[in-house]
Amino acid sequence: MNLRMVFYTTGRIVLFEALMLMLPAVVSLIYGESCFYAFLIAVFVAAVLGGILFFAAKPKDSVIYAKEGFLTVALAWITLSAIGALPFTISGEIPSYIDSFFETVSGFTTTGASILTDVEAMSHGLLFWRSFTHWVGGMGVLVFVMAVIPDMSDRSIHIMRAEMPGPIIGKLVPKVKETAKILYLIYIVMTLVQILFLLFGGMSLFDSLVHAFGTAGTGGFGIKADSVTSYSPYLQWVIAIFMLIFGVNFNLYYLILVKRIKSAVTSTELWVYVLIVGASTLAITVNILPIVGTVGDSIRTALFQVSSIITTTGYATADFNLWPGFSKGILLILMFIGGCAGSTAGGLKVSRVIILFKMIRGEIKRMIHPRSVSVVRFEGKQLEENTLGSVSLYFAIYMVCFFAVFLLLCFEPFDMETNFTAAASCFNNVGPGLGGVGPMSSYAAYSPFSKLLLSFAMLLGRLEIFPLIIALSPSTWAKK
Amino acid sequence: MKITVVGCGKIGATIVANLAAEGHDVVAIDNSPAVIAEITNIYDVMGVCGNGADYDTLAEAGVEKTELFIASTGSDELNMLSCFVAGRMGAGHTIAKISNPEYNDQNIAFMQKELGLSLAVNPELLAAHEIYNVLGLPSAAKIETFSGRSFEIVELLLRSDSPLDGMSLIELRKKYKAAFLVCVVHRGDQVYIPDGNFVLRSGDRIALTASPIEIRKLMKMLGIMQKHVRDVMILGAGKTAFYLSKMLLASGNSVKIVELDREKCLEFSDKLKGVSMINGDGAQQELLLEEGLPQMDAFVTLTGSDEENILLSVFAASRNIYKVVTKVNRDEFASLAEKLGLDCIISPRKSVSDVIVRYARALQNSEGSSNVETLYKLMDGKAEALEFSVRSDFSLLGIPLKDMSLKSGILIGGIIRARRTIIPTGDDVILSGDKVIVVAAGQRLEDLADIIR
Repeated sequence: MNLRMVFYTTGRIVLFEALMLMLPAVVSLIYGESCFYAFLIAVFVAAVLGGILFFAAKPKDSVIYAKEGFLTVALAWITLSAIGALPFTISGEIPSYIDSFFETVSGFTTTGASILTDVEAMSHGLLFWRSFTHWVGGMGVLVFVMAVIPDMSDRSIHIMRAEMPGPIIGKLVPKVKETAKILYLIYIVMTLVQILFLLFGGMSLFDSLVHAFGTAGTGGFGIKADSVTSYSPYLQWVIAIFMLIFGVNFNLYYLILVKRIKSAVTSTELWVYVLIVGASTLAITVNILPIVGTVGDSIRTALFQVSSIITTTGYATADFNLWPGFSKGILLILMFIGGCAGSTAGGLKVSRVIILFKMIRGEIKRMIHPRSVSVVRFEGKQLEENTLGSVSLYFAIYMVCFFAVFLLLCFEPFDMETNFTAAASCFNNVGPGLGGVGPMSSYAAYSPFSKLLLSFAMLLGRLEIFPLIIALSPSTWAKK
Repeated sequence: MKITVVGCGKIGATIVANLAAEGHDVVAIDNSPAVIAEITNIYDVMGVCGNGADYDTLAEAGVEKTELFIASTGSDELNMLSCFVAGRMGAGHTIAKISNPEYNDQNIAFMQKELGLSLAVNPELLAAHEIYNVLGLPSAAKIETFSGRSFEIVELLLRSDSPLDGMSLIELRKKYKAAFLVCVVHRGDQVYIPDGNFVLRSGDRIALTASPIEIRKLMKMLGIMQKHVRDVMILGAGKTAFYLSKMLLASGNSVKIVELDREKCLEFSDKLKGVSMINGDGAQQELLLEEGLPQMDAFVTLTGSDEENILLSVFAASRNIYKVVTKVNRDEFASLAEKLGLDCIISPRKSVSDVIVRYARALQNSEGSSNVETLYKLMDGKAEALEFSVRSDFSLLGIPLKDMSLKSGILIGGIIRARRTIIPTGDDVILSGDKVIVVAAGQRLEDLADIIR
């Protein structure tokens, strides 16, 4: 175990966070807010801690294996959140540190679940920081650092694999660093395009930035008490469509860039994703028509909620808590499905769902014809036995973790719907749930223990479970 | 540079490792998913799983934009076909590994031209050449030759009774009036580019450059040139053994090959006139002794198993065979074998990857003021010897070497001017048309201009 390399890389990430914290500091300076000093203190803490880790742990040997990759990611994300929470508490706007930690984890993991009861009272600097964590957390902090830092190890693929969501992580180009650069470049350009569209619709610059960050990272922190309900239909359409765009595998955008459009548009995952969105929107449109009134409004509201939930963003243009049970049921299922692999979205991922269904079909066939031999193909390729094994294993461990979180949450004095959807929503990095944690309410009522539990659930969901499990597993730390 | 490597077996993996370490953008293709998973875990390269001659696989690997395409699967025919397809799809240069002796006769030039190959490499032939060179100068651990065989770089192991022990390089030069230069010293895990005050110790592995005549003169003066190798015993009748026996027989040596497979024995005795084939298990020491191992001048182990090669070489060395050459494919084993006291270790895959790295570097530097003609890795790859041919636009023409401020870890080991070899001193200059041999430790040179600070 190359622990020095783990600490050294974490040190780099923390130093990088010091740089990131300067952005909201500038914002608060522009607005003349007192939270400027809170950011300065946080920058100082990050610089000192990162510097100590960076210089004290400088490794002789930069060779890492998969376990170091997982461990680095787990440690870096926890440290990032712990430091990122400081400005909220230091400024006094969120007095409890556990609340601030919950809010920051929710930001970095692009969940968007909030403990704030009055978000409109927050200062601009803190609102900016909250949304900015969505943006960097969406594509991955370590991936970003890999793209900009020159001398990462040859084996940084292990870090990239641990941080990027999805069952199969491939590279776009031969080098990890170049791959990370391309992904971030696509991400930055698409975010800028969305900002332009929002500005064009008359949204102010600050609101556009915050909402573009929230959409790009599929996070969902709003700056209004009613999320994006009060914005114009045009702006709602822009956000709905961009949420869907950010929920697609970024490799497809790269394929389009290098003019391999045919292989991009024939992606099975893309079409299944479009199909799920289309069918859910249609079903909900019909179901909520009596409540909303006109067909146009009904389609817009349905599509917005569907794309918000399937991409695990969590913005809302309606209080879907008040919708009929059928619509709520669809939304709850969409929470678990999530977006495409290789996107910024959370959840199980569409590709895993497809593979699971194909495996079920194969297994049933084998039960009827015990000697039949068949292979599972996905995106034109035969899937290997161990990929299939890891997908079903992931599903099993995903369910175990989800129900463990749910069970522990049931100590809270809330109804079943609230607790179940709170666990589902945090675990899948969505944000709002149903019942007491609906889109127009917050997580403020939960106890500190449950807030920590849900923070852990959000990290589990974002990092796809294994990094944290490996960090907590005794055999990782055993000498033998 | 964008490079595609098809086939990631023993040889392909070494090529991928070396090219990735050189900083190239490497795409590796192999039909085994496990091999691809392994290789992308260890090296920063992209993996594509599929048949290397299949259009779709090559298209997925982006072959139309690749500048150098290397086919190193186990099958010569597949290598030729993939190079042909890749060439037609737009790959810049194509290199195929072609091992089979039947393809490697006079007709290889025809095949190379018609298939559009930039280069055909033959690992077994390269290894056979290397062994043949060492057998010609048995006191050396390794010999590499530069342009026109007018310069050689020789690695020597200083044994405990070496007369050079405790001698500084200045004294060495005064005492032995031969034109040579000690370029690299390998001591422990460190590699040094020595200056005149450097004191040699026994146990050092040194590399020196000189012309072939001077080297033999020096060896005689050092008293380590004992006798010529005449009788050679080879273990294992593979392709390397075939090429080596052919060369040895042509220069009048006697060759005895021990091979377990009777068919192989028949085939060899049919194709190689004058070879004596022994059908038996070379791992049986009794058999080796019966076949006169103690009377042999040299013992070469070329079986497919590294372990067998190492153990039998140790056995032969214990019987005081004058020269023992061991073929070892895995790097980890090579350093182990050295610890066991075997000094002459040959690795076909290293020889091939040296050739390919040189080709890639020359390709990358086609715009520069000099051309990489030859590249050898010395001391297990810790240092390199490169031969550059100097063009007329080189910026330091006519400047005495002592006035150039060279980077540390760089030494000019020799100059070849109109077939004449010069062991450079501070007053020598580099002229257009020269071939300059540079030894570098811890640096990667593409152009002769890179040696300047």
